[in-house]
Amino acid sequence: MKASAFAYHDPKTVQELNSLLGSLDNVRILAGGQSLMPMLNMRYAFPDHVIDINHIAGLAEVVMTPQGLRIGAMTRQRIVREHPLVLEHAPVLAEALHWVGHVQTRARGTIGGSLCHLDPAAEQPCIAALYDAVLHVSGPRGPRDVAMRDWVMSYMTPNLEPDEALLGLTLPVWSAQGQTIGHGFHEFARRHGDYAIVAAAALVSLDAGGVVRRASIALAGVDVKPVRLAVAEQALVGHVLDQALIGTVSAMAATIEMMEDAHITPAYRGRLAQTMTKRALSDALNRATGGRNV
Amino acid sequence: MSELDHAQTTRHISVTVNGTVYERDVLTRTHLGDFLRQELGLTGTHLGCEHGVCGACTIILDGQPIRSCLMLAVQANGATIRTIEGLAQADGTLHPVQEAFWDKHGLQCGFCTPGMVTTLAAVLEADPTLDETAIREAISGNICRCTGYETIVDAALQAASRMRGDH
Ligand code: FES
Ligand code: FES
Repeated sequence: MKASAFAYHDPKTVQELNSLLGSLDNVRILAGGQSLMPMLNMRYAFPDHVIDINHIAGLAEVVMTPQGLRIGAMTRQRIVREHPLVLEHAPVLAEALHWVGHVQTRARGTIGGSLCHLDPAAEQPCIAALYDAVLHVSGPRGPRDVAMRDWVMSYMTPNLEPDEALLGLTLPVWSAQGQTIGHGFHEFARRHGDYAIVAAAALVSLDAGGVVRRASIALAGVDVKPVRLAVAEQALVGHVLDQALIGTVSAMAATIEMMEDAHITPAYRGRLAQTMTKRALSDALNRATGGRNV
Repeated sequence: MSELDHAQTTRHISVTVNGTVYERDVLTRTHLGDFLRQELGLTGTHLGCEHGVCGACTIILDGQPIRSCLMLAVQANGATIRTIEGLAQADGTLHPVQEAFWDKHGLQCGFCTPGMVTTLAAVLEADPTLDETAIREAISGNICRCTGYETIVDAALQAASRMRGDH
């Protein structure tokens, strides 16, 4: 197979990228290529210009900032999954990446690519929703930040103008004096490495008495964008986290409106949402009470 | 687009493949798998789906197994690549993974084999202590139409053992 003809550009700086984006039409940005390359090969996408951002310095850095863990858009999934700062501050991201693709696709695929491709069942946007991530965008009119809740405009459509690019994201990671944080991530897919049918991610912060002080639950695969279970989160806070509470709260996951496709009924999605939420919360409880600050 | 600038549709690249430096002008839209097969004549790398699903096109790029259909040849400029042709030694001594595929009948038609062997060579060279679960996870992105995978896993376990120097 051969992609349709395009002009290839490989800017070395964000400034060059911005000026290319400001002057060219019908552009696709090539990051890790794990979604765009199939679309090019099959000619689902036929851009006039491909801008390869693999040569821009500084887009693959992982650093702690006062706002949280900042991850460059071009950071490969393989690197994110093993990065010491991710393992220390956002281990649920590393756990979610275990479910993303395969060794060969994680070697090239990037976190920014996933956040721009926006498959409704993708794991990385689900984690961005879990943390209320902030996405850092650049374009000819200068930089701007977008909250994750405002990021997904519609099916597989990020909040990006045609002349803008995602440079990275910040996860406002959790920490609280005297509390322990636990995380969980579970998904169900037909084959390992496929996008999930439904995935659930959970974070809880427990005080010394086992009472939930803060909770976040995010689902992927139930709607066109990751869904936060705000009602369930509120139902957790202020209560001792145990299996009975997890059962009650997980049942709430089945009650939200589920998308439907040719293969999966909303009812089945609801069953999966409940089960995955239960497993994710159970892992979070075990980790928070295991004495490890994971 | 109406007029394509030659400079933007063709690039000069230099890649090291199996120890040999190749310099070529490539169409920028050519994917790396096609480049290896059609420009360099290295047809050991197989193309099954060309959209990132089957794993047959796996090569080792700068030490990492990757899908060569999901990368442009122009992006490999400056890279060091190993393909299935480069795994055996110059005197014909097979790589431990190839040897084990032979011993354990890890292939039938052989279409998936280059991708299976390059993937396993890369992951086992990085860590020969992988257990069966980790090996199955490592080849989860490689589809085999024939074997049912059992003999491939057996071969990988034997290769891992040899690469650890167990015997
Ligand atoms: S040919 Fe590349 S994954 Fe199938
Ligand atoms: S041996 Fe035939 S596809 Fe694997």
